[in-house]
Amino acid sequence: MNAFFAIIHRDLLLVMRRKSEVLTALFFFVVVTSLFPLGIGADGALLRKIAPGVLWVAALLSTLLGLQRMFAADYLDGALEQLILTPQSLVLLVSGKIAAHWLVSGLPLVLLAPIIGIQFDLDASSLYVLMASLLLGTPVLSLLGSIGAALTLGVRGGSVLMSLLILPLYVPVLIFGAGAVYANSVGLDITGHFSLLGALLILALAFVPWVSAAALKIAIE
Amino acid sequence: MSKVNNISTADSRWINWFKWSSPSTFYPVAGKLIPIFWALTAIFGIAGLWVSFFVAPVDAVQGQGYRIIFVHVPASWMSMLIYLVMAGWAGLGLIFNTRLSAMMAQALAPIGAWMAFLSLWTGAFWGKPMWGTWWVWDARLTSELILLFLYLGFIALQASIDNPRRADKAGAILALVGVVNVPIIYFSVKWWNTLHQGASVSLTKAPAMAQTMLWGMLLMTLCFWMYSIAVSLMRVRTLILERETHTDWVRQLNEVNH
Amino acid sequence: MTATISATSSKPDLVLQARALTCVRGERQLFADLDLQLNSGECLHVRGANGVGKTSLLRLLTGLSKPESGEILWNHHSIQEDPKQYHRELLFLGHRDALKEDLTALENLEMYASLDDISITHEQALSSLWRFGLRGREDLPVQYLSAGQKRRVLMARMAIHQAKLWILDEPFNALDVDAIQALQNLITEHLDIGGLVVLTSHQEIQVPYVRVLEL
Repeated sequence: MNAFFAIIHRDLLLVMRRKSEVLTALFFFVVVTSLFPLGIGADGALLRKIAPGVLWVAALLSTLLGLQRMFAADYLDGALEQLILTPQSLVLLVSGKIAAHWLVSGLPLVLLAPIIGIQFDLDASSLYVLMASLLLGTPVLSLLGSIGAALTLGVRGGSVLMSLLILPLYVPVLIFGAGAVYANSVGLDITGHFSLLGALLILALAFVPWVSAAALKIAIE
Repeated sequence: MSKVNNISTADSRWINWFKWSSPSTFYPVAGKLIPIFWALTAIFGIAGLWVSFFVAPVDAVQGQGYRIIFVHVPASWMSMLIYLVMAGWAGLGLIFNTRLSAMMAQALAPIGAWMAFLSLWTGAFWGKPMWGTWWVWDARLTSELILLFLYLGFIALQASIDNPRRADKAGAILALVGVVNVPIIYFSVKWWNTLHQGASVSLTKAPAMAQTMLWGMLLMTLCFWMYSIAVSLMRVRTLILERETHTDWVRQLNEVNH
Repeated sequence: MTATISATSSKPDLVLQARALTCVRGERQLFADLDLQLNSGECLHVRGANGVGKTSLLRLLTGLSKPESGEILWNHHSIQEDPKQYHRELLFLGHRDALKEDLTALENLEMYASLDDISITHEQALSSLWRFGLRGREDLPVQYLSAGQKRRVLMARMAIHQAKLWILDEPFNALDVDAIQALQNLITEHLDIGGLVVLTSHQEIQVPYVRVLEL
């Protein structure tokens, strides 16, 4: 368990020393969401309607931007081999890296979302639901994304290929996440959406680290 | 030096199994099977088309145009079946480290992708006369679209990795993850559909099927199935030649010019 | 190619063996049916032209890659049986330094110690760095160190790690004369307490109990 926190500490320290990478992805989220009202017009009713989808898709894309970071740097400087050769369970180390990635790429989205949501004229209840859906959903995005990142390590055209591989897998998260916000806005029950998001999270937590660890070992062979 | 998997066990059952997983043994066997499957394709195809066009009755609501479901539905079924089989072969290749299983998966992928594409295309042709639009976001078509993306991702991943063994294994992981996700994706798309109350139209709400219609679809499905097997065997033979060029048995083949 | 040297001191009885090792990279077969045995206190110097498979052999020995056929045994057990236990006793240095450039030498050392399950105090880490001539440079991000100095950080890691088997790929690359000497001393010390070393190098190495394997 110590190793889990050690690796999170290491990754966070590395991010702190080179903040620009992370901040760029977050700025991307802000900029992209701001483009929609500019492209569509400042019609409040329309913006409220498209907000769940737009914000969620922007969150997906912003996460994708940051996914390259998860393993690529360690792969290039040889640290990944060393991680595999430590006595620690690779599954534990991978879980740590995914957790660190979420802390840096996913959690800020949850915190930024209400600010963006205001641009889209969302009311308080919608903002809460939006934050809650992102809170449950962004870890799943980091988890599923780690599989794509591990499979495309060191491959030519890796980041675009990774997006192609992961986006279909993101569809359920998008549907339940954005759907929750939409349902709330028209007064429908949201417990179903959140149960499903929770189920996805639990499923992903149980299986993905093991799959990504296997994919890493294949990439390093 | 030909690369035969060395299983040093006296259990003859196991030896026979792994013998088939050697590319050099499988190559001629596949060659003999291909004409059989082409013949079956033709037989089922002719029977299926005959039933589809001449025996199945004209639909009261949709007229003659509905007959495209005799291509659309079999293509959908095949696209899903092939994905399962492909993932199965890839999984076997991963567990037993057999190259031939991985090559089978690689051979099946493009066929599955074409089936998915055909299903989408014929779905559009069905939709246009019925509902006036080329595309409806119903659960099945949308899931089919995502299945096509999964196929394309698999093909793209294998194409991008230079080392063939790494490509095999990475593709296998992707296919297995996809197989687990396909039901989840389908369920979520259906959920999305009902949530947004979009589809009062649905391609699954086909009119009550006359017996002959089912026969038509079944025969066409078998036709597509035989076709898929025939083409995948042809493709896997090409893959074997490509990947085993350095072995003696390939150099000695008549088909290979040197 | 097997040979044994009888141990005449009270060294631990460790042995690394490879049997019928065949290595395939891409579509090329690099070597086939390779046997080797290495006992406590011995150093195996793998030599050969570029591209002949030296790095591949080392990576097979670490377990990072799997051989096409054959097996590798550590203390008479296959390394696939309990890889984590094997990794506990193994230290591998590859071509790349595996140091995080944005972290300081001290941070790198402490990070690896914690991942390797070795508890060291702050002072122990510092003194290890000082031993290899890095006094005054412990708090610099590694990217500001020269190639030779980075290798010295790795030597500090080797000293702390207490692994029994060292697998080093081109460890003398880019080292100045002093550093080469320091590394040779370190390796000799390690062999004296019964450790094993497998390394590749284009140069001659001045270390006792060396056996050469030409690929």
